[in-house]
Amino acid sequence: MISVRGLRKHYKVHKRPPGLKAALRSLIHRSYTTVKAVDGISFDIRPGERVGFLGPNGAGKTTTLKVLSGLLYPSDGEVTVDGHVPQKREEAFLKKIMLVMGQKQQLLWDLPPAETFELNRAIYDVPQAQYKKTMSDLIELLEIGDLIGKPTRQLSLGERMKCELAAALIHQPRVLFLDEPTIGLDVAMQATMRTFIKEYNEKYGATLILTSHYMDDVAALCPRVIVIDKGLLSYDGGLDALVQRVRPEKRVVLRLSEEVDAGRLSPLGRVVTHEPGTAVLQVQQEAVNATITRALSTLPVMDLTVENAPLEEVMSELFAESKARRTAVSEPVSA
Amino acid sequence: MSARTTLRAFPTLLRVGFAEAVAYRAEMLIWVLSTTMPLVNMVLWMAVSREAPVGRFGEADFISYFLATFAVRQLATSWAAWLINWEVKQGTLAMRLLRPISPLWAYAVESIAAFPMRLMVGVPVMLLSVALVGQKAVPQHAWQWGFVVLSVIGGWAVAFLANVAIGALCFFLESSQKVLEVWLVLFFVCSGYMYPVELLPPTLRTIIDWLPFRYQIGVPVEMLTGAHGWEASLRLLAAQWAWVAVLGVVAAVAWKQGVRRFAAFGG
Repeated sequence: MISVRGLRKHYKVHKRPPGLKAALRSLIHRSYTTVKAVDGISFDIRPGERVGFLGPNGAGKTTTLKVLSGLLYPSDGEVTVDGHVPQKREEAFLKKIMLVMGQKQQLLWDLPPAETFELNRAIYDVPQAQYKKTMSDLIELLEIGDLIGKPTRQLSLGERMKCELAAALIHQPRVLFLDEPTIGLDVAMQATMRTFIKEYNEKYGATLILTSHYMDDVAALCPRVIVIDKGLLSYDGGLDALVQRVRPEKRVVLRLSEEVDAGRLSPLGRVVTHEPGTAVLQVQQEAVNATITRALSTLPVMDLTVENAPLEEVMSELFAESKARRTAVSEPVSA
Repeated sequence: MSARTTLRAFPTLLRVGFAEAVAYRAEMLIWVLSTTMPLVNMVLWMAVSREAPVGRFGEADFISYFLATFAVRQLATSWAAWLINWEVKQGTLAMRLLRPISPLWAYAVESIAAFPMRLMVGVPVMLLSVALVGQKAVPQHAWQWGFVVLSVIGGWAVAFLANVAIGALCFFLESSQKVLEVWLVLFFVCSGYMYPVELLPPTLRTIIDWLPFRYQIGVPVEMLTGAHGWEASLRLLAAQWAWVAVLGVVAAVAWKQGVRRFAAFGG
């Protein structure tokens, strides 16, 4: 469905230090620097896959999505989406895709969302019968029946985001690019959005690429992740495998009926957190069974769970690793 | 977007555009107040012509000319350059580019959809003109009314396409707002908005005839006041639509080349 080969997107950016002197100098001589937003990445995505694009701020995730959706011309490389070259922005291509950006809106601000829906029906040339069916599904799934008649400006962020998603799906795109779709939403609304996105993917077999800083979004939606850092691809594979690679240790979460000394916990593993009534231990995977047995026999355990390290920690460790690697490469070797 | 699909979508685009224009009616009324310069000029030129006519213009002629200017200005106008600058800077143009219809159609429809609201200002002004000056304030023949319609559409097209071309410069410059300001200064001097172009010396008139500004306002106003016979009207209309064609090509090329440089900043 999506094929990316050696994609590069470089920007020429005017750069000057602050101050009047620098401002005056820039009148005569402008210095430019090249920002390598994406610097030669390659990957393939199969039809119907759900893939998470991860990376720190400025990694090149959104730039990649914008190239894939035809908004940006690549500096180099080959990109095809369902057989189309995105930057040609052919009508058939634009009718197959949609990019939902959590920080940008397509809803008409002073009109009710129903007007944007109707506008999109006309623009995407959706037959009336299909439009009615899709709208009825979307209204039911997203619970927006009471919202679509109110002016957009009077909706809350969460309500607006649900309507944004509905507006984006009227033409039933086969490829859905989601850039921070749950940004700023409360926990309940994030869960609603995730459920809906997953259902859409399963119902229509749509290919889905998601960027999000909320790891819960990624964990809930994306069996596969692609990690980009400083424009370079640093991981492409299963989410579980990534966690295993970066942080193979497990977390044993203990709920205790009474307070225990730290000294009684430390022989079991590395104490991550210790509060009255709860303790979290980090142990090697192969030592999990032994640790559980010992904990049950030596501590007043009420409840116990075994978890992977939080995805946020895994990601920050991964980014720290790649930053260290980059630093090591760029530092001069002294004799 | 194919021509067939665009045509099919057009009624809905216009209807939603009209709904937006109604939603922004207060802003439109404020904009109308900012276009009252012809009314000020009318009073000034009436005072000048009280003693003796200026060229062929007596008091009544200035009344019909400037009321027609005010009415035409409500329609033959565009704010696309400002909008393009804003949307490129904010990155919101991205949302328009994702749709299978050129953003230029969307800008055009937004402008055209506001026509009914603007006619609600322009038509009463023309009725006032007839009430003050009499039937000679407006064309007397059916063909002249046909030319009025064509020249007002042409005036709008000149304004819109020039705005698109200037707006598209912001893809190459950091902002093209200053270019728009230069354009507006030339517009005020050369379009017939501040005074009838025919009052200028012949050399200046010849230069102005070769520039696009008069074809935005001056020519439609001259048609609306029945200033020309059949042949002169036809010649002016042909020149106006030649400018529409030239500006259309310039706007299309500037836009096509510019969009390639769109950086879609901001999220």
